[in-house]
Amino acid sequence: MIDHAVVDLSRLQFALTAMYHFLFVPLTLGLVFMLAIMESVYVMTGREIWKRMTQFWGVLFGINFAMGVATGVTLEFQFGTNWAYYSHYVGDVFGTPLAIEGMMAFFLEATFIGLFFFGWDKLSRVKHLLVTWILAFATSMSALWILVANAWMQNPVGAEFNIDTMRMEVTSFSAVFFNPVAQSKFVHTVSAGYVLGAMFVLSISAWYLLKGRNIEFAKRSMTVAASFGLAAALSVVVLGDESGYTITEHQKMKLAAIEAMWDTEPPPAAFTLFGLPDLAERKTHYAIHIPWVMGLIGTRSIDGVLPGINQLVEEASRRIANGRIAYAAMQQLRMNRDDAAARAQFEDTKGDLGYALLLTRLNVDPLIATQADIQRAADSTIPNVPVLFWSFRIMVGCGLYFIGLFAFSFWLASKRQLDRHRWYLRAALYSLPLPWIASQLGWIVAEHGRQPWAIEGILPTALGVSSVSTGQVLTSLIGFVIFYTALAVVDAFLMVRYARKGPDGLGMWPPVDGHGNTAHED
Amino acid sequence: MLDYETLRLIWWLLIGVLLAGFAVTDGFDLGIAALVRVLARDDDERRALLETIEPTWEGNQVWLILGAGAVFAAWPLLYAAAFSGFYFAMFIALLAFILRPGGFSFRNKVRDPRWRNAWDWVLTFTGVVPPLIFGIAIGNLFLGVPFRYDDNLRMTYEGGLLDLLTPFPLLVGVLALGMLLMHGCAWAAVKSEDPIAARAAGLLRWFVPTYIVLYLAAGAWLAMAVPGYAISGAAGLDAASNPLHKQVVATGSWLADGPLGHVASMMAGVAILAAVLVPLLAHRRRHVGAFLASATAVVGTIFSFGFALFPFLMPSALDPRSSLTVWDASSSKLTLGLMLIAAVVFIPLILAYTTWVYRVLRGRVSLQHIKQSHSMY
Repeated sequence: MIDHAVVDLSRLQFALTAMYHFLFVPLTLGLVFMLAIMESVYVMTGREIWKRMTQFWGVLFGINFAMGVATGVTLEFQFGTNWAYYSHYVGDVFGTPLAIEGMMAFFLEATFIGLFFFGWDKLSRVKHLLVTWILAFATSMSALWILVANAWMQNPVGAEFNIDTMRMEVTSFSAVFFNPVAQSKFVHTVSAGYVLGAMFVLSISAWYLLKGRNIEFAKRSMTVAASFGLAAALSVVVLGDESGYTITEHQKMKLAAIEAMWDTEPPPAAFTLFGLPDLAERKTHYAIHIPWVMGLIGTRSIDGVLPGINQLVEEASRRIANGRIAYAAMQQLRMNRDDAAARAQFEDTKGDLGYALLLTRLNVDPLIATQADIQRAADSTIPNVPVLFWSFRIMVGCGLYFIGLFAFSFWLASKRQLDRHRWYLRAALYSLPLPWIASQLGWIVAEHGRQPWAIEGILPTALGVSSVSTGQVLTSLIGFVIFYTALAVVDAFLMVRYARKGPDGLGMWPPVDGHGNTAHED
Repeated sequence: MLDYETLRLIWWLLIGVLLAGFAVTDGFDLGIAALVRVLARDDDERRALLETIEPTWEGNQVWLILGAGAVFAAWPLLYAAAFSGFYFAMFIALLAFILRPGGFSFRNKVRDPRWRNAWDWVLTFTGVVPPLIFGIAIGNLFLGVPFRYDDNLRMTYEGGLLDLLTPFPLLVGVLALGMLLMHGCAWAAVKSEDPIAARAAGLLRWFVPTYIVLYLAAGAWLAMAVPGYAISGAAGLDAASNPLHKQVVATGSWLADGPLGHVASMMAGVAILAAVLVPLLAHRRRHVGAFLASATAVVGTIFSFGFALFPFLMPSALDPRSSLTVWDASSSKLTLGLMLIAAVVFIPLILAYTTWVYRVLRGRVSLQHIKQSHSMY
């Protein structure tokens, strides 16, 4: 029996803690490259202001990094505490990229961050710069391995089910690593982090210019942010398109849901710019279509077919029927492990075993499921269409706006007119939350769009939970909410305090006593 | 290519190495955090004491994160069973790890003494709780844990947080805490100047005997009053990882009847000898030597528990057949092989650059330095 209260609470807890973690990760990803660029300018030109810029933005980086570390451990532990059956079922595949992330990237990152802060007087300029660059690359490398793991949940390649161990096992690790979804997801996600880091520097610097403080400091920071942000914003949209292309191949249901495309259209399919998708009636009200666009983006051809939701549901019900055969063969093999006929049948149909588990998710025994149960299970493969439809559109809208904002900033910076238009500075300031909104929505599209699956086509999310009680999960969930809220207050307080103080208030620039490098209050 | 049985043995040892890496490096961070209010009396002293670990605690903590990740990848059944079975215990340990970065990174960012005092209490909590919880968890492994598997290898656990708090596990928990308090003082004696270093050396005269007495008590208890388990009728040392394919029987004692029980006792002997040296060396101001002796004691202690349990990883008290052992709880052969290649490449690299970082940061953190300059941390 699946206890759906435990499932819902575990999902809520994972979603909250993962989204909270991802408030800090992209800023770390983006800001660290800005630090490396600023410090490179310092080492190349020898101008003290660039060192002070590195150190000032470094203080904010440090506060944020601590939050990232604090909230990251939760995610690693949570697979075990709350998703024990998931961990057992796919640990053979999913655990490896996480462990390699630790060995290859996070160790490097966590070891070198101390030297970034404490090594200014202990290392030569070039060595310190090297430390900063290693820190930057290790951070993105960390993201690579996490996204290899996540991409496998979206497109589980290079593994198959082993009936003796009742779990998925690796058959080709290179297939897992070179998963096309992982490649596009990696570049898309880190670019989004770079955009966010650039926006952070751009917005706070714009605020200084609006206040007429730290002019030299802010203009230089904005120039770095504008160039880095423009490159990143272009990359995030282009690679986001690549991401779209790979889900066409591997997650047809997610794509159809994003587009609220209920039925297969004659190619090339139209793109729905606006509409109100209605899950109950399976239609989109007030839709505004742009002909051809979706087919061209999704298939990069004029004759590629993008299947609609209703057709994908029919396919799901066929696979459920096939999965029931695998499930029945598995029960026979349990009674007699040497039953060659059952083994052959199981090997033949096990690719659809996960679809039989959709019935288990509904607390229906796959062996005795009726046609109505199968239909219900097939219908349950439709994700939350309105949420995906709108999350995607707002995210893309933000992405296009970032290109515009950074391009304009870049143009102003190259004409040395960053402080000319107050309306521009205000726009830059108020755009601060947008990359956070866009990146959170991006994860909603990626993860909510994968439902009802934890591993697409292999393991329904509901089956992945631990055998824990509702009370246990509720208690930990309340604990997380309380602790995370308290930490958010502390983090916001420190961030605002240090940003407000600024390089002038901290005595970092202009220099007061030759080396007045204080990030402490005293 | 190594055979499955050898790969399993290597990964059993490697997890021990990672946990030992955590206990030796992050162990002194935990010990110092726990003692921040005891070892250092005013704010300057506390800042000086904390600066002995601030640049490196994050890297040290990765031994734990990597350890957990490696258990996930190499021993997925153990990872799933231990983390979900010890649900609340893990949650409380997690709270400590969530609060910990703030204790280091946020404490010095505001001058108000109330703010700093509050973070010092947080640090104390984050230093005391993890060793206690990990010790209690390890103690419970020897008693057997109330879980069983069904045919789908879905685990159910029958027990709660309070069921973990029986005398033997509590003793192991206090032992782990005592061990890391000793280790923290040994580090403070190396990296601080007087009066902090002198205070740390003084405390060693208390912590070391406490640790030795607790350790001997736990060992005697284990030898005399805790029955062990043994595998009877295994599916084979290289069989598919399915715990239900074997039988398990009870034995008289882990130490006397376990296949590596005598190795465990030897490890314990080494650990205690090393611990005896700690205060002797510290007394002669051989602080580095005292720290290395303390590190040896920490490693010996951890390995002694691991060897005593071998070949079990997590015995089941409810259904002994469901017990997880080295021979039936691992990943596939391919995964263990791949992970081994990664470990052979990266662990030496990690040791190399970690050593370099410690070399760059060598020397004692002086109060003079703390009063003059302020890091950006």
